[in-house]
Parts: sequence; C-alpha cells; structure tokens
Amino acid sequence: MSHLLEVDNIVLRFGGVTAIDGVSFHVDEGELFAVIGPNGAGKTSVFNSLSQVYRPQEGDIKWKGSSIMGLRPDAVAELGIARTFQNIALFGQMTVIDNLLMGRHIRMKGNWWQNMLWKASKAEEMANREKVEDIIDFLEISPYRKMPVALLPYGIQKRVELGRALAMDPELLLLDEPAAGMNLEETEDMARFILDIREELGIAMILVEHDMGLVMDIADRILVVDFGKPIGTGLPEEVQQNPDVIAAYLGGDFVDL
Amino acid sequence: MIIFWQTLAKAIALGSIYAIMGLSFVIIFKGTQVLNFAAGALSMAGALFMSILVVDRGFPFLPFTNPLAPADGETAGLALWIVHLVIVLMIAALMGLVIERVAIRPMVGQPLFAMAVITLGLEIAIRPFNLDATAISGRSIGVPWGTETWEIGGAIFPKSYLAAVVAAAIAFVAVFFFYRSRFGVAMRAVAFDQEAAMAQGINVGRVFAIAWALGAALAVLGAIFFAMSPWPPAGTVSLEIHPIWVFRVLPVIILGGLDSVAGAVAGGLIIAIFEIFAGQYLSQWTSILGPGYSTIVPYLVMLVVLLVRPYGLFGTEEIRRV
Repeated sequence: MSHLLEVDNIVLRFGGVTAIDGVSFHVDEGELFAVIGPNGAGKTSVFNSLSQVYRPQEGDIKWKGSSIMGLRPDAVAELGIARTFQNIALFGQMTVIDNLLMGRHIRMKGNWWQNMLWKASKAEEMANREKVEDIIDFLEISPYRKMPVALLPYGIQKRVELGRALAMDPELLLLDEPAAGMNLEETEDMARFILDIREELGIAMILVEHDMGLVMDIADRILVVDFGKPIGTGLPEEVQQNPDVIAAYLGGDFVDL
Repeated sequence: MIIFWQTLAKAIALGSIYAIMGLSFVIIFKGTQVLNFAAGALSMAGALFMSILVVDRGFPFLPFTNPLAPADGETAGLALWIVHLVIVLMIAALMGLVIERVAIRPMVGQPLFAMAVITLGLEIAIRPFNLDATAISGRSIGVPWGTETWEIGGAIFPKSYLAAVVAAAIAFVAVFFFYRSRFGVAMRAVAFDQEAAMAQGINVGRVFAIAWALGAALAVLGAIFFAMSPWPPAGTVSLEIHPIWVFRVLPVIILGGLDSVAGAVAGGLIIAIFEIFAGQYLSQWTSILGPGYSTIVPYLVMLVVLLVRPYGLFGTEEIRRV
C-alpha cells in the first residue's frame, strides 16, 4: 500500500547553505504528523518544498504514488494540498467570507460567459457559499463573517487562514505554526479545531510547531529536524526519550538533565 | 450655448480616451502591482502598426504586403478599418505577452521598484523602433471618417468624438465583466498577496501574462483613438506629442484610485472636463495664465482630490489594525 505523501531523501541548497539535508518521511491518510525542531532547523523549508515553492535539488516527493517534483505551486494546491503560513497570508481587505470563497476558487468551474450571463454562476456561487458557511460554523468565526480580515485579532486571523485552507477541500493540510503567538486559551482552541478536522473531516495534516506541549498532545508521529538533518522520527513518547532530540533542544552538554 | 455643448462633447470624448488609457494602467497595476511606464512607447508602436497595415499596406517587421488592405489611393471603409483595428489589438496583446515573458516574469518576487524601473527601461528600448517607423513626424492611421463632422443646431461635433465614446464603452464593459469572472477574481487575489494566491491554486504567471496582454491592447486602443482628429496632431500619430500625452493619464488613474476600473473611467471624465472647460472658458486670461495652461489643470485637480482622499476616489484603502 502506498502512502498518501512520501518524502524521499530530499536535499535543498541555497548556494552554500544546505537548508534540508536528506529528510525522509511519509504521511498516511487521516494522520496527524508533526515536524519540530529549533529555530532555523529547516521546518518551513520542508513545507515550502512540499508545496514546490522551493525546488529541492535531490530526492523525490510522491503524492499518492506519483512524483510532484517540478510542478508549479498552484498545480500542487490543485492536487489537494492546502497550506497556511507562519506569518498569516490572508487577503487583508477582503471579508472573512470572501477570503474563504477565494479558497473555493479552484473548485469553481464557471467560465467568463457564464459569469457574464449570471444564471449558472449564481447557482454555483450559492453552493460554494453554503460550503463556506459550514466552515465558518465549524471554526466558530461567524461573528466576524462580514468584517475585513485585517481588522480581526491575530488569533481569529489564524483561524480564518485555516478556514481558507479547508475551503479548498484538501486531502492534506500543511499547518505552519498554527499556534504561534497565541495565548493559552487560543492555543487550546486551535488544538481542538485541529483534532476536530482530523476526526470529523478525516483530513491528513502536517504540523510545524514550536509549542512542544501542543505537539506532544495531539500528534500521531513526530519528525525532529536540526540543521536540516532528521534526528529522530517516531511516536511522541519515543521522540521525547531520544537523546539526540534532547541534546538539540537543551544543548549537548546537559544530556543528563 | 453652442460653445458649451461643443466643449462638453469634446471633454467627454477626451475623457473616454483617458479612460481607455487609464484602464490599461489599472489592469497592469492590478495584476502585477507595477505602474507600466512603457505605456508611451508601447501604445505608440501599436498605433504605428495601424498606420503600416492600413496606409502602407504592409506588415510590421515582416516583408509581406497586407492582403486585406484597401486598394491603392483609397482609404479603408469602416468595416475594413475595424477588422484592422482588431488585428492591431491582437498584435499589441502579443507584444504584451512577449514583454511580460522576457522582462517581467523573471522579476517576480523582486522588489516592485525594480520592476517599475524595468518598464521605464522598456519605454526607452522601444522608442528607437518607433523612430525608425516614423521618418517624418506624424503618420496617418487612415481613419475612415477622417475629419468629418455632424452639425446639430449650429453646433459642430466631429465623428471622432462618438467613435472615442463607443470605444471606451466597449473597453469598459469588457474589462468590467473580465473582473467579475473567475479569472478577474484570481487577478485580485494576486494583487493582494502573490504567495497566498499561489497556495490557493492560482497560477500567478498566467495572471501576469494576461494582465500585460490586456494592458498592452488597451494602451494601443487608447493611442489609436487619441491619434484621431481633431486632437493635435490631427489624424496622425506623432513621435513628439504622443509619449507626452500618455503620461497625462497619470493624474487620471491617481485621481480614480490606481486599482479601480470604475475609477479609471470616472477619473478620465472628470479630468477631461476640467481640462477642456478650463481651456475654453479661461482663454481670455491666457496672458496671465500662460499659453498651454490647460495641460496643468489635470495635475491641479489631482492634487486637490488627493488632499481629501489620499487613495483616490475609488481606490482600495489600506486597512490596518490599530
């Protein structure tokens, strides 16, 4: 049986800097996989390689058994790989609803003369709007529906971005630090939503996160990277016991702690 | 009163041409966040193609004769002229595509300022071609109605006025529906955030390409209608006046809001009304105001509006959380 996503030994270099050095992992359907590591370890580079914003020089990335290396980022998105960004990338002037509808964009079929003549497009728009409203209810952001997202609090913006990714009907969701900069309550909310997405929608996820508590609590399996190299993969408990991981996080001299 | 109606008609006609040119700037700005400083040379090249096709019976850059061209010594009829107009617009769109591919696409992700300077470089790079094509200044573009006019109740209206209004209306409707289409939505998303748009499955490269193709075609359309009588240089496209004229559209788009389709049209009409009426009704003070004072009116109007509405009349305000 082939995996949903398979990353095989990818190497990404920027000039003399090797940002990713031989990372391999796989994600199965409905799985919640986490990538952790110290600052600058190459976590976001892994994400950017998955969505082909960066092109790894070596290795292979397979989606449902076929390689996605060399595809354009928008083509990757169309396959069903949606992502959020570490520093929120929403369409600031648009309302929450419009942002989510933007996520539906690739699922819309109408062409320009249909848009012009209205009727067919109207039905399509209604269907998509319904889908968007479901997501808004799901993420509990209905009070903000018609506000421009640039005006919303940070935690809510993060949720809107998650909603926009969900609107794309993805099969794999890449979440880049979904809880960064959030307070305890917002982090707990976010954890709840992530678990709900997995349970109710069955979408596989890859999570990059700094909040160790969050990752250990919700992830099925964890990959730890440091200086672009994988230093451990496994269940949360295994990773916690891994001496290399402890060294990377606490510093080599204090392994005994 | 006759003078008033004639002045109004002239203002609306000029406003229509400003609007077409404004739409060209707006669409490129909207798609790529860059002001196209190459609009002058680009649009003039297109107008010259028109002249080569219709008057010289040739073909730009290629040693063919134009099989569709009117017979020697005759000017093209209306239908034939419009066919040629469409051909020229297609060539213009092609030029836009080539420019985008060669000079703009490699700059994706680079600072916008660098891209703007590249368009300025393009302006200078395209000009020599125009110079070659116009050995003598001023070339006819073979307008079928020439300098003919209608006379209604003593007032005289050149047919070119109506032509300009019709062209602007068609351009506006086309751009308006384009914006409401799926592709227009993609274009707006790219304008906000290229990376985020990419993550939504939008092909940013294609948005850039289409913005340039459409922008170039609109610029050429504006240039061709500007070159008609009775604006100077009547019925011809001229190397001296044309590039200067294009940049008189800048106050138009700034007034309307750089990224607004409706703004380009409204801005064009407002600016033209002020410009033409000032030219007509303040002419007894020319000794004080100086000759050609009406050409600075657009900039004055723009200044006043920007003091009240810094984003222009219809521009997108930047929303910031405080």
